[in-house]
Amino acid sequence: MNDKPPTSGGDRPEQDRPEVPGSGREGLSPVPAPQDKAAPQDPDTMDEVTDGTSADGAPEIYSVEKNIDLTGKSYSQGQLVRRRFFRHRGAMVSLVALLAITVFAFTSIGYGVIPGWWGKNFWEGALVENMGRPTLQLWPFEAGEYPFGQDNAGKDYFALTMRGTQRSLIVAFTVGILSTIIGTLVGALAGYYRGWVEAILMRVTDLFIVIPLLVMAAVFGKMAGGGIWPLAFLLSVLTWTGLARLVRGEVLSLREREFVAAAEAIGTSSSRIIFKHILPNTIGTIIVSATLAIAATILLESALSFLGWGVRPPDTSLGLLISTYQNSFQTRPWLFWWPGMIILAIALSVNFLGDGLRDAFDPRQNRTAD
Amino acid sequence: MLQFILRRIAISAVILVLGSALMYFATINSGDPLQDLRETRAENREQLMEARIRNMNLDLPWWQRYLTWLTGAGKCLVLQCDLGTTRDGANVNSLLLGAAGASLRLVALSVALAIIIGITLGVLSAIRQYSGFDYSITFLAFLFFSLPVFWAAVLLKDFGAIRFNNWMADPQLTTVAMGVIAIVFGLLIASVLGGDIRRQALTFLVTAGVVFAAVFWFDRIGWWRQPALGLPLIIVGGLAALAFFLVLTVGLQHRRILYAGLGTLAVGVVSYFLVQPLIQDPSWGLVLLLALVSAVVGAAIGWFFGGFEKKTSMVVNIGTALAFGFLVFMDQLLRNWAGFLDVAPQGRPIGTIGDARIPSERLEGNFWIEIYNWGVQLILPTIVLTLISIAGYSRYTRASMLETINQDYIRTARSKGLSDRVVYTKHALRNALIPITTIVAFDFAALLGGAVITETIFGWKGLGAIFRDGLNTVDPGPVMAYYLVAGGAAVLMNMLADIAYAFLDPRIRR
Repeated sequence: MNDKPPTSGGDRPEQDRPEVPGSGREGLSPVPAPQDKAAPQDPDTMDEVTDGTSADGAPEIYSVEKNIDLTGKSYSQGQLVRRRFFRHRGAMVSLVALLAITVFAFTSIGYGVIPGWWGKNFWEGALVENMGRPTLQLWPFEAGEYPFGQDNAGKDYFALTMRGTQRSLIVAFTVGILSTIIGTLVGALAGYYRGWVEAILMRVTDLFIVIPLLVMAAVFGKMAGGGIWPLAFLLSVLTWTGLARLVRGEVLSLREREFVAAAEAIGTSSSRIIFKHILPNTIGTIIVSATLAIAATILLESALSFLGWGVRPPDTSLGLLISTYQNSFQTRPWLFWWPGMIILAIALSVNFLGDGLRDAFDPRQNRTAD
Repeated sequence: MLQFILRRIAISAVILVLGSALMYFATINSGDPLQDLRETRAENREQLMEARIRNMNLDLPWWQRYLTWLTGAGKCLVLQCDLGTTRDGANVNSLLLGAAGASLRLVALSVALAIIIGITLGVLSAIRQYSGFDYSITFLAFLFFSLPVFWAAVLLKDFGAIRFNNWMADPQLTTVAMGVIAIVFGLLIASVLGGDIRRQALTFLVTAGVVFAAVFWFDRIGWWRQPALGLPLIIVGGLAALAFFLVLTVGLQHRRILYAGLGTLAVGVVSYFLVQPLIQDPSWGLVLLLALVSAVVGAAIGWFFGGFEKKTSMVVNIGTALAFGFLVFMDQLLRNWAGFLDVAPQGRPIGTIGDARIPSERLEGNFWIEIYNWGVQLILPTIVLTLISIAGYSRYTRASMLETINQDYIRTARSKGLSDRVVYTKHALRNALIPITTIVAFDFAALLGGAVITETIFGWKGLGAIFRDGLNTVDPGPVMAYYLVAGGAAVLMNMLADIAYAFLDPRIRR
């Protein structure tokens, strides 16, 4: 390259300098010019690409693929996202942890009429053995009779904790899904149609700045009366506003784009534009937000149960267990540690999962390679 | 601008009223206010029920009751609040007055602390992106995001109060504990200061060594029960403050301001001996006066020795003087810790349940012991509330700072040869802080909600307790009083944030 002295304009950057004629690189001009060697319209190279025929004798003159490098694999948008997500180590560990907790919680004591593999249930008391100490041994691993210990009435604390985990997970995922659906719908409508839908949405969102979420949830939780399904529905009614605002923002910018104008021009119906053209482009925001909503709900539900306005006895939940045994911390700390650690583990892994998803959908701020 | 503010006020008022209607309706439908009387076997059951129905106006339809409350609350605008009565006929106004002060103080303190610490951590981790410090802060932020507040509060009550009190009875640190403290400090300082691996290793070793020696020495002389800073530590702290302000403004190479700052410290050392008799038992007025005097002295020194940069020099010197004064204050405060331990009930300084303050008529002690008596009870709830929001602030600040640092104008600033310090403090930080103002408003409301949890656990009689008791007895009076304070504070904070935003960023004034 630099075997001859630079021509005129020595301070030009390297890539702007014209190539020496005859070096074979003169085609790579910085000026955009037709460079597709295989293009049949290019008179200079026409005779170069018309030299062969394929095996079946058909002429390959017009083959565009011939000179395009197809060895490097290309990925669709979805594949890229999946690859980035699977390479996010924190997210994968969290996913495994979350799945493990979920499977453990639902299979161990069973759900409803389906029996589980753990021999004890969460409602039958028994004789308190050895002051209800946990029999779990990590090394050598041994679960023992009561791995998490026993509560005051001699109930198996492992079964109780698993039952609480089930309840918390059910509430969290129901709220996550429901509030995501409501939030997406309202946000999309508000962003697309503007007008009064948007005005109402923004005012309702402002409302939740005024009322602390925990307080509103407490009043609603008291209305729910202790059942987990009413609780989940009422909490969903409260927690959709954040996502709705996010989706509205995205829809506002997407509806001005050319592809929406094109869809409108060919007479596509509004609902089809919203659901087929706009919403798929906001899927990243929605999924990430739903994940974070699940983590927030786990904490909200357990806080409500702790304060006595969420799940109530005779049913149990992780927050309720902590509330019941908060004063036993000095004497029987395991009654306090297990439920807390499980809440922490679930919330932490869901949060990390959300972070991994965010990085996968929007890789601008992180280093995970494609 | 005025129009913008007026419009915000009008919208906020409408929202506040709508929110109150929702809250009232939800509260009175959350249960049966006569539940406990229906189940009672008391002979005067009927009379009790009648009395309660009269107190709560249960014979009126709900919207009439709500309107009664609304007109009463509306009189707050002319400072004649009438928030009605509880179900037992007690006046809600007086109930609220006692509770609101404590809770708002707690929340305001936590918000201020969380903003300062959170933004500092966020900025540092953005500047040192992908360093060990950044990763640890990110991980801790996730941990605090996911931490159930009530669980953390119970844990803190055990470790921060019960075990701390036990430890305080006979404070001894094991060598392992000392080593852990030294290593944590060393890692922290090394990763914040940055540099190549050799420099970091050197910083780590020096810091860890110094900290270990200091802790070892403290342990030897029984510092934990009789702590004090002493003049040498005050001077070291003053030098650190001077270095901090210099690094933020002009850099350590700027000799003129550096010498002026050293002069300020010298004056501070002299006045340390002069004010000793004054601050044995001062009053708040005297403390404020001394702070003012030190600021004025610092400003004067900065003015006379500032050369061409009088303004910067004054800022640095005022900062240094105030920091020095604060250290002298802390020194005196720490010296009185032993005195407080003597008067504390059973020698256990940190209370666990309820307002464990010693009543002022029984407390015999000077100004400092009163500060302890008042402040020690605040520590644990403040820590809990601060932890809730610190994670959010640091994450948002980090993201916002990173976004700003990647802007074109930052590259321009760098390419014209500005130093890192100027780029970060003058160009990046100011713009990065604009979005944070919005979060403060949200955070304030969230913390008032969090107060419900902390007050339950620490047994405070604050706003959260009023709300809890009111909701448990389906009594709209106290619940709405809570709403009025929380909602009013949130609206106020939100409006301030909006105005600050419009002030900082002219583009959004419409």
